[in-house]
Amino acid sequence: MYFDAIAKIISERTGTDISTIKPESKIFELGIDSLDTVEILMNLEDEIGMQIDLDQKVETIDDLDKLIQSKMAV
Amino acid sequence: MNENKSLNGKTAVVTGGSRGIGKAVALRLASLGANIAIIYASNEEAANKVCEKCRNEFNVEAKCYQLDVSDFTKTKETVMQIKKDFNAVQILVNNAGITRDNLLAMMREDDYDSVVDTNLKGAFNMIRHMAGMFIKNHEGCIINISSVAGLLGNPGQCNYSASKAGLIGLTKSVARELASKNVRCNAIAPGFIATDMTFDQQDNPLVERIPLGKMGSANDVADAVEYLVFASYVTGEVLKVDGGIAM
Ligand SMILES: NC(=O)c1ccc[n+]([C@@H]2O[C@H](COP(=O)([O-])OP(=O)(O)OC[C@H]3O[C@@H](n4cnc5c(N)ncnc54)[C@H](OP(=O)(O)O)[C@@H]3O)[C@@H](O)[C@H]2O)c1
Repeated sequence: MYFDAIAKIISERTGTDISTIKPESKIFELGIDSLDTVEILMNLEDEIGMQIDLDQKVETIDDLDKLIQSKMAV
Repeated sequence: MNENKSLNGKTAVVTGGSRGIGKAVALRLASLGANIAIIYASNEEAANKVCEKCRNEFNVEAKCYQLDVSDFTKTKETVMQIKKDFNAVQILVNNAGITRDNLLAMMREDDYDSVVDTNLKGAFNMIRHMAGMFIKNHEGCIINISSVAGLLGNPGQCNYSASKAGLIGLTKSVARELASKNVRCNAIAPGFIATDMTFDQQDNPLVERIPLGKMGSANDVADAVEYLVFASYVTGEVLKVDGGIAM
């Protein structure tokens, strides 16, 4: 589960109150575009300890979280 | 020359840095203080010599990596290794390139594929695997070595011209996509430059049609690379270094 780490980065970037960020929140609606999503993943690299390629579209924070988890499992 | 022009502490990756234009570019960037990662296809001895020169003459870190840039997965592995060795990279020069000239009507499929895969897909592969780092660091300068053949076309080089014209489209899209992250992407279109690639072209009648009257040198292209590395307000540009032949 990387939800907390993702929510923290998004709230720091956008100034969104972290308590309003939910797994089902749409990333776009939080003011993050797809290029920013790549950047967030890169910033998570240190925390996760590995490089994750964003090679598909993600809509919600939960999608992003699941994508990271699936890549970690390989 | 501007005295603030220093690349101290920066790292540059130069594909095809073992010979010709790539070698001149690697040495120029090293002379400005950048650490150098050279990618070569097979000429290990030549690549090692360039690295030694970078270390001995310019006192920078330099390493070479054998890689076929047309291989997506191997390019990813090499980029990861470069990141391990140098931490961050700020400059990428996609210079590796080959020719397999023939008339269209006689061209073999594998001669078309290998040229497009090396020259165009190779640049895509490198950018694809380095972009994340550039985006994260909000710093990146990508330079793709295209060719006037990509602007004008050239009989006997449909594969090569296609790959070099493709590089210009790649350059402009990447420039637009990454500009907001302070990552620039430009192309250089050399004309006739005296290197191994053109050793048999000295007598080409086209040389006489060069307004400046002679072939260029690898250093002429390195001048353009140096300009673009410091040109912080220039992106999506195609800079001709061709003695005027394509004006
Ligand atoms: N010379 C000209 O007149 C001219 C004009 C316009 C554009 N250009 C472009 O400028 C670039 C450099 O040209 P050049 O004349 O310096 O060529 P060159 O002397 O033939 O050198 C080619 C370089 O590319 C490397 N390389 C080739 N295939 C590779 C691959 N699959 N993966 C990784 N590296 C590879 C070679 O490595 P090895 O040493 O290991 O073989 C070598 O370092 C090319 O993109 C060329 O199309 C040249």
